[in-house]
Amino acid sequence: MHLILFLIFGAVCVAGAVNLLLQHHPIDSALSLVVVMGALAAEYLLLGAEFVAAVQVIVYAGAIMVLFVFVIMLLNAGEEARSGGSRIAWVIGVPGMLLGGILMSWVLLKHSGTGQVEVGSLPGSPQDIGWLLFHDFLLPFEVTSILVLIAIMGAVVLASHAQSAEKKEG
Amino acid sequence: MVPLSYYLILSGILFACGVTGFLIKRNIITIFMSIELMLNGVNLSFVAFAAQWHALSGQIFVFFVMVVAAAEAAVGLAIIIAVYRTRETLNVDQVNLLKL
Repeated sequence: MHLILFLIFGAVCVAGAVNLLLQHHPIDSALSLVVVMGALAAEYLLLGAEFVAAVQVIVYAGAIMVLFVFVIMLLNAGEEARSGGSRIAWVIGVPGMLLGGILMSWVLLKHSGTGQVEVGSLPGSPQDIGWLLFHDFLLPFEVTSILVLIAIMGAVVLASHAQSAEKKEG
Repeated sequence: MVPLSYYLILSGILFACGVTGFLIKRNIITIFMSIELMLNGVNLSFVAFAAQWHALSGQIFVFFVMVVAAAEAAVGLAIIIAVYRTRETLNVDQVNLLKL
């Protein structure tokens, strides 16, 4: 049962990721990425990581992707133009990544031992995570809050500075 | 029961798709989305290893990766807006002032 669910959601993940590469319009790529993130949240649930699955849906599929979609709409981004550089990347990059992926899969299957993962094998409830986060990882957590504060200020400064420069010119 | 290697292979496939998108896409927003895809692939391997070794620290790392990704997305999208306002384009081939 676990294996079947893993394969279904894994197939959805890979299909979304490949669709992200094939679409030419940014909004289509963004929606494919939402599909990938939703399927990944299901994979986390299969592993028993409830907290991570919830945060994945709320932060990634919710907040970050809404930000992406807003920027796409704000900048009125259209179809991407094909150019010489990207054709070279297609010719060299895609076969290279395919070769690397097959090689990596082969090595992992051959040498990663007999590790097995069971459904819900991890005590990943929010209570356990919270205890660890505010007990053992308190200092990194506080540093992270400063990072987020700086990121907010940086985003505001970067986005509004360009606007004021535009006003001065005009 | 699913072998750990299956999870690692899925995570590797997602990471490879992200790298490929980073290389072949010309739209700066899509390139940024490919980076998010790579971060997601790494997160999956973190959670899989945490489940195998019954170590919750792996999930804490995923939490920190998500926070850093959120901060990175906010600043990166602000930079994209600033680039668009000065250069009037989202195509990375046309943002080439540093090119020889």
